[in-house]
Amino acid sequence: MKPLLSYESIQSVLKDTSPGTTEALAQEAAALTRQYFGRTMSLYAPIYLSNHCSSFCTYCGFNNRQKIKRIKLSLTEIQNEMRQVSQTGIENILLLTGESYAMTPISYLQDAVEAARGHFTGISLEVHPMETDEYRALYRQGVDGITVYQETYNRKRYQEVHLGGKKKNYDYRLGTPERAARAGMRSISLGILLGLGDTAEDLLALFQHLRSLEKNYPAVEYSLSFPRLRQIKGQGLAPQTIDDIAFTKIICLARIFFPRVGINLSTREPPRLRDHLIECGVTRMSAGSKTSVGGYTLADPSAQDPQFDIQDNRSVDDILKMLKQRDFDPVFTDWRPIPNI
Amino acid sequence: MNIKSERLADTVNRAGQTDPFMVGGKVLSSRFLMGTGKFKNKAEVRDCIRASGTQVVTVALRRIDLTRHEDNILEYLPPDITLLTNTSGARNAAEAVRLARLAREAGYGTWVKIEVINDSKYLLPDNAETVKATEILAKEGFTVLPYILPDLNIARALVQAGAATVMPLGSLIGSNQGLRVKDLIQILIAEIDIPVVVDAGIGSPSQACEAMEMGADAVLVNTAVATAGNPAGLAQAFALAIQAGRQAYLSQPPGPRPFAKASSPLTEFLYNESTAS
Amino acid sequence: MKISINGKTHALTGPQPLSRVIQGLCKNNPYVIVELNGDIIHKDLWQSVQLCEGDRIELVSFVGGG
Repeated sequence: MKPLLSYESIQSVLKDTSPGTTEALAQEAAALTRQYFGRTMSLYAPIYLSNHCSSFCTYCGFNNRQKIKRIKLSLTEIQNEMRQVSQTGIENILLLTGESYAMTPISYLQDAVEAARGHFTGISLEVHPMETDEYRALYRQGVDGITVYQETYNRKRYQEVHLGGKKKNYDYRLGTPERAARAGMRSISLGILLGLGDTAEDLLALFQHLRSLEKNYPAVEYSLSFPRLRQIKGQGLAPQTIDDIAFTKIICLARIFFPRVGINLSTREPPRLRDHLIECGVTRMSAGSKTSVGGYTLADPSAQDPQFDIQDNRSVDDILKMLKQRDFDPVFTDWRPIPNI
Repeated sequence: MNIKSERLADTVNRAGQTDPFMVGGKVLSSRFLMGTGKFKNKAEVRDCIRASGTQVVTVALRRIDLTRHEDNILEYLPPDITLLTNTSGARNAAEAVRLARLAREAGYGTWVKIEVINDSKYLLPDNAETVKATEILAKEGFTVLPYILPDLNIARALVQAGAATVMPLGSLIGSNQGLRVKDLIQILIAEIDIPVVVDAGIGSPSQACEAMEMGADAVLVNTAVATAGNPAGLAQAFALAIQAGRQAYLSQPPGPRPFAKASSPLTEFLYNESTAS
Repeated sequence: MKISINGKTHALTGPQPLSRVIQGLCKNNPYVIVELNGDIIHKDLWQSVQLCEGDRIELVSFVGGG
């Protein structure tokens, strides 16, 4: 299977209805993943620190028009959350906030990172896009990676769905991975929101963005994510549904075009799919996740407002069992912490 | 001129129009660069240039032998050929820079092949000194073609320094062993945006073809041609092989998949049950 | 007067223009490139450069090479 990095080639792969094509893609992706990753699976968990957000993204459960309870964890509450997650064995943590420069400024993030350093060996952030200097400060403090999704690379569509806050600025967001790379971040995670724009077009743009980052910042470890647009409370927004077959092909294409880049699959996706896709290119998965603020230790689960609904509710132990059953080698940490200079 | 060479020249010209090879602002229609060392005599050099269609030849600078009069190689080169001064003999960047400046001062153009070797056993190039020389000479307006041991970090540094191409060795100079460092060259071809010219160690037309099939932009051959039984004949064979390899590369043939083992079906699950997301 | 040419010591009768030495050694070789004490001397200046004690001249030209 030799797809080309072009709109026509990607589109024809997606539109191809023959199960043979899907299988061929999967076999190729599986072989490459074996070659470059063996059967390792990196595990991580998200901790949502705050759902305050200055952006109005029409598709998101945290957007600033949504009438949800806005919470921001205090330092003590953050410590509690981290202790809880750490007890499950998780060493890689992804700290998330809504995009609020006012409510969760860099000082707040730095406090959270400091707390994380007491519990975790790998710290990544998925927060509001920042300047190079800020990323550098966070890197020196001990942050290894940042995650930022362009959501869609189509400018027109981007303007249609991002109606408020700094996120309205397409170019600023686009430049975020580069600013983080220049600051010295070890890992950078990119992605698109599947279903938001034209899939083949967004895939091509994402892959080209990654190619150019690889060329200019070759020392960074890159990874890709493909969250699928899902229903949020009270919003019927899904212009393009991406079925499981298309989703599988997308994962495979990413692996084929980027044999050495990590591919992430979160608990957004159901167990059955996750368990099969680990064979076809996925190399990082979250486990035991809670996607609401304070979700591990605060309040009543049914009263919480998650950013997205979790479909895979398995605990870390369940996931470990599943991975061992399928002859995978779960990896909690790739390295021991050393000072980031 | 015999019919064979006419046809070759014609093909070379056509290739130049549809698949141009650009170096230092020049458009070349031949992807065969030739060295002029080790030939039996200078007339053979001239015959090989004609037979191969090469447009760029390397020459070296040496102290004149004051005890006897010799023809100068330049008298045997066609007037429109591009001279690529080789800094062979230089053991460090300073010496390479001096040689390049000498050639330019004397009016022989600004194309320089940086060859810095301070290892007389294997004749391996000194990558670090090569980068230093490139930095200096590129700033002075030279078209620099640095000869290196294939190393991606060095190649990137050379791009930054302003090199016009990178010239990774295929195998040790004079060894005729072909592409011993094929995988390393492949990396350069994939990652470096300036032309990659495989230089040194290409001992046969098939090896030159192999380099072009991989995606190399050109090859430089010297020893194999100079020491052949029929140098002009082999030069022509090289030219044809280089063209064949280039065409093969442009036609993107499927390569053998190294891990083509069939394993159990991975995606049956998508089609057996309902596929609603 | 002693000078060095291509690494070897030569004895000259006295100070003289560079052009005379070149003419003497290289006859009318149009391909000679000249370096004097590390500096490249353009052909037009050979006549006007006077040699002195201890000067080092390098006479080079192109040869076939890889």
